[in-house]
Amino acid sequence: MTTTGTFTVKRGLADMLRGGVVMDVVNAEQAKIAEDAGAVSVMALERVPADIRRDGGVARMSDPVLIEGIIEAVTIPVMAKARIGHFAEAQVLQSLGVDFIDESEVLTPADEAYHIDKWPFAVPFVCGATNLGEALRRLSEGAAMIRSKGEAGTGNIVEAVRHLRSITGSIRAITQADPAELYGWAKELGAPIGLVQELHSTGQLPVPLFCAGGIATPADAALVMQLGAEAVFVGSGIFKSSDPKRMASAIVEATAHYQDPQHVAKVSRGLGEAMRGLEASQYGEHLADRGW
Amino acid sequence: MTGAGPSGPVIGILDLQGDVREHLAALRDIGCSDVRLVKRPADLVGLDGLILPGGESTTLSMLLESTGLFEAIAERVPPGSGSSPDAGALPALPVLGTCAGLVLVAREVQDGRPDQRTFGALDAVVRRNGYGRQVQSFEADVVLSAGAGTALPTVFIRAPMVLSVGPEVEVLAEHEGVPVLVRQGLILACAFHPELTPDRRVHRMFVDMCGTNRRVLPEPTPGVAADLLGASEAL
Repeated sequence: MTTTGTFTVKRGLADMLRGGVVMDVVNAEQAKIAEDAGAVSVMALERVPADIRRDGGVARMSDPVLIEGIIEAVTIPVMAKARIGHFAEAQVLQSLGVDFIDESEVLTPADEAYHIDKWPFAVPFVCGATNLGEALRRLSEGAAMIRSKGEAGTGNIVEAVRHLRSITGSIRAITQADPAELYGWAKELGAPIGLVQELHSTGQLPVPLFCAGGIATPADAALVMQLGAEAVFVGSGIFKSSDPKRMASAIVEATAHYQDPQHVAKVSRGLGEAMRGLEASQYGEHLADRGW
Repeated sequence: MTGAGPSGPVIGILDLQGDVREHLAALRDIGCSDVRLVKRPADLVGLDGLILPGGESTTLSMLLESTGLFEAIAERVPPGSGSSPDAGALPALPVLGTCAGLVLVAREVQDGRPDQRTFGALDAVVRRNGYGRQVQSFEADVVLSAGAGTALPTVFIRAPMVLSVGPEVEVLAEHEGVPVLVRQGLILACAFHPELTPDRRVHRMFVDMCGTNRRVLPEPTPGVAADLLGASEAL
């Protein structure tokens, strides 16, 4: 007797991706480059976040043709993005055979109040969070992986650092809290008491915590890994750099050897230009504010 | 013999990418007190066994090459059973490969990348993602062929499928007629993830293999040459 789509199976894939780099790609050729460079997974989308940010308009799920082309091109898991709350897009992505769905603030939200109920799906979901409350709400909806949001498409690591520090700092505080105080934490975080109590006893989220939004260099990856991320998503940072192949493998190396500064130095040499990036005052809309 | 206690075998876990933490927890559960994370060739010194965890085999292959670990491990994990190394060679290292780890020890890999290298220590042909994509990933109870006991709860995640095994390979468990837990000499490998379920029988079996092997073939460090000679005579 075999059972598919269990939470153990969904969370299991997230576990397998730990210590790796998930790379945004917009076509099969980029997907091959990412796989060759050692990506653990690719995120199939029509435009990288930097271009979505520049172009404006409504950003939606990608064309199935594009996603299928990328699934065909590589042997590693393929992720794709659905709009926040757009469960019909998620149903389509699951039917295409994607391995992970990112319910993502990078796309234009479809629902102003609710995220997708992720429990009925066989495919696992990753959701973004800027703080622990958001992370626990996404877990209560069935997410199998949490990624700190950062600010996609900016190449600026400052937001990712803030969000990671916020999440890990709250986890540390809850671990030290008196059991009676956990009810206050649940209220303050807007999160289920059961998950808060579980955090209190285990000291860690029940699913892997990855980092996204603003990673543009190998040292950025080493930074967030040391701050408690278990793997990284790199969106615009690779294919908006001057030498994507080398940048991609350098970030893979730096993520695997994040505790070894000499190794990070070695792979950082002569990479050409990282993506140009945006300073905080130039962002325009903060995509991280999307999600509830 | 079990792995418990300070005199138990020293187990390394390849720590380049994948679910290292779950293997670490599994080893702690069964009382392994000396577990080391392996990131570079020097970390192999003094190990009595090595776990190749689940992860992405393409990523692991690349990182094994760039760290020099591929050659260093290959030296200790010769093709075939690895149970009778040449005189003067380093003693063979018992290996547990789970999922991606099974791919890494197999003689032949189908649907892998053309440049994907494996240690080839296990006489088996495996197909990457042979059970399908993530939505086909599953849990199942499998029956162990030897030693019986209760069924083993297992988790298969984009798992490799064993298509065929050579005559020297012992099939320890099958699922729907397909080998899922196999052993050849010092190599133990499975298509599923024993580290993701609370049942510790696979890890225990591996640690016992490591303990037995260590008594037969101690690590030849310069300071213990006499011990090594003594052990050789015991053979």
